Amino acid sequence: MSTAATRKVAQPAPAEVPRTRPRRSLRASSTFNFWLFTGPFLIGLVIFVFVPIVWSMYLSFFEARFTVTPSEFVGFANYRQILTDTDFRNSLVTFTVFAAFIVPATWALSLGLALLVNRLRFMRAFFRSVFFLPTACSYVAAALIWKMSIFNGVRFGLANTVLDWFGVENIAWLANPDPPWYWLVIVTVRLWLQSGFYMILFLAALQNIPQELYEAAAIDGAKPGWQTFRYITLPQLRATSTAVILLLLIAAYQAFDEFFNLLSKTTWGQPPLVELYKMALGENQNYGAGSAGALVLTLLICVVTLLQGKIMGFGRGEESK
Amino acid sequence: MTTTAPDIKKATTPARSRRGGVIGNTGLYVATGIAGLLFLIPFYLIVRNALMTDQEITGENWKWFPTDIQWGNITEPFDDVTVDFAHAMWNSVVVAVLHTSGILLVCSLAGYGLARIPYKHANKVFYAVLVTLMVPTAVTFVPSFVLVSSLGWVDSYRGLIIPGLFSGFTCFLFRQYFLGFPKELEEAARVDGLGYWGAYWRVVVPNSLNFFAAIATITFINGWNAFLWPLVIGQDPSAWTVQVALSSYMTNQTVNYHLIFMATAISILPLLLVFLFLQRWLVQGIAQTGIKG
Repeated sequence: MSTAATRKVAQPAPAEVPRTRPRRSLRASSTFNFWLFTGPFLIGLVIFVFVPIVWSMYLSFFEARFTVTPSEFVGFANYRQILTDTDFRNSLVTFTVFAAFIVPATWALSLGLALLVNRLRFMRAFFRSVFFLPTACSYVAAALIWKMSIFNGVRFGLANTVLDWFGVENIAWLANPDPPWYWLVIVTVRLWLQSGFYMILFLAALQNIPQELYEAAAIDGAKPGWQTFRYITLPQLRATSTAVILLLLIAAYQAFDEFFNLLSKTTWGQPPLVELYKMALGENQNYGAGSAGALVLTLLICVVTLLQGKIMGFGRGEESK
Repeated sequence: MTTTAPDIKKATTPARSRRGGVIGNTGLYVATGIAGLLFLIPFYLIVRNALMTDQEITGENWKWFPTDIQWGNITEPFDDVTVDFAHAMWNSVVVAVLHTSGILLVCSLAGYGLARIPYKHANKVFYAVLVTLMVPTAVTFVPSFVLVSSLGWVDSYRGLIIPGLFSGFTCFLFRQYFLGFPKELEEAARVDGLGYWGAYWRVVVPNSLNFFAAIATITFINGWNAFLWPLVIGQDPSAWTVQVALSSYMTNQTVNYHLIFMATAISILPLLLVFLFLQRWLVQGIAQTGIKG
């Protein structure tokens, strides 16, 4: 940001010169060009990002079922309803449990895969592609494979087939409301889908670690393996690790696709966005409460992002370049 | 982590890995190989189930491969009367292509304007864009739906595509990229009498194709795989994208395994092609930008 500011200050103001020649003035005016370039985007941003947020603030204070132009003002009733709703509060618990598993698991697996791939001499590109390939798969398709083929609660599912070889009884993975089985399904599907992506980030970071550090450590007698990993690799990856963890957290907060498809007919394991979907687009079409819920969730994620800003600096990625 | 001391001679090669002995290497390849196999199992299952009969899939004993490959299954999703799969595929193609081209056009222009065109309030505008980064679009789907439905855009391509075009994050990425674009090239264009607009299209864009390709690849994948917004907007089956269609298979009364998996295979195929041919840009894009979506 600071670089941008200095660059802009350093620019001469070409807008002043052509004012004497009206024919060229518009084309060369930097103010006009600024709006020409950014205008379409900014108009869209106002209409499709700012207006909906303001509108939903308005709706959240009204009784708005099946209508988006309500007339009955209800004050904070929607917010009270949301915050006392057990389903909504349970969804925050679901998110917390989910994040507690998926964030460390993805961090560890993607870092582990990056370390493995980074040490390969042959077939490195091949294995990188293999681990990265799930990124091409949608959450819906993956949920379908998990639900219909791997963790199918009946005998012919792959997981139950494998368990059967060891004499273990069939497990009703998703149909059992008691943890931990449905969590295993939910967490593994996302783990498979996103680990390769974060592996790429870690690979890039690993390749930026100066080789001299390892050479110096070897001369100082550090044992390769755990010691160099603990005292060189891990500290050097700190910036990437922090970024990855926060990205994972925000992604987990927005989890919808796999929960919606894997646990479509259940009452357990419902994350915030699924609750919101049911509230606003389910049978009741309660836009008032739905808007209030959306704003509460937005507020929560803003707090997380601002904390991130405190830790990492605003405008992520900028400082690291 | 079973490596022996680093081999100084080989450490001069560009690869940054520490060198292991034969045992260390074998262990490394075995571990990587096992992990790789585990990662490929879901893809294997798609193909296996797609080319089997339902009797084989649900049969008493697990079969790793179909006895007779059921090539006839390939056309089944298209003949299915309950879900218009062909139409859903077409919708996905339209949505993903227009979504990608729209985002590239709108966000790159804005990113260039913010990065390069002097304007005294440019910083304020940039902060307004940054603020939107804090609010993930997925969380605001209710307000967005309210707006789009009052515009009458439910069940239409407009509703599926246009609200997603104004990505503050993509704009931000383009701005960062253009800040690092060599100024001399634009100045040369300016000397040749081109305005901002001309310089942008004749000099800046042609010299930034790698970055555009990287963003395009990521955007296309996200557009094709998007589910929540298409689910909200596609109330009528005629507006379903392929992801919504796949999702509907899972809640159908009768489950037709081979058909469902064939449909899944067909829905993934375009992205596998993108992966095979555009992986270079994709990896570059992720490493450069750090984030998708």
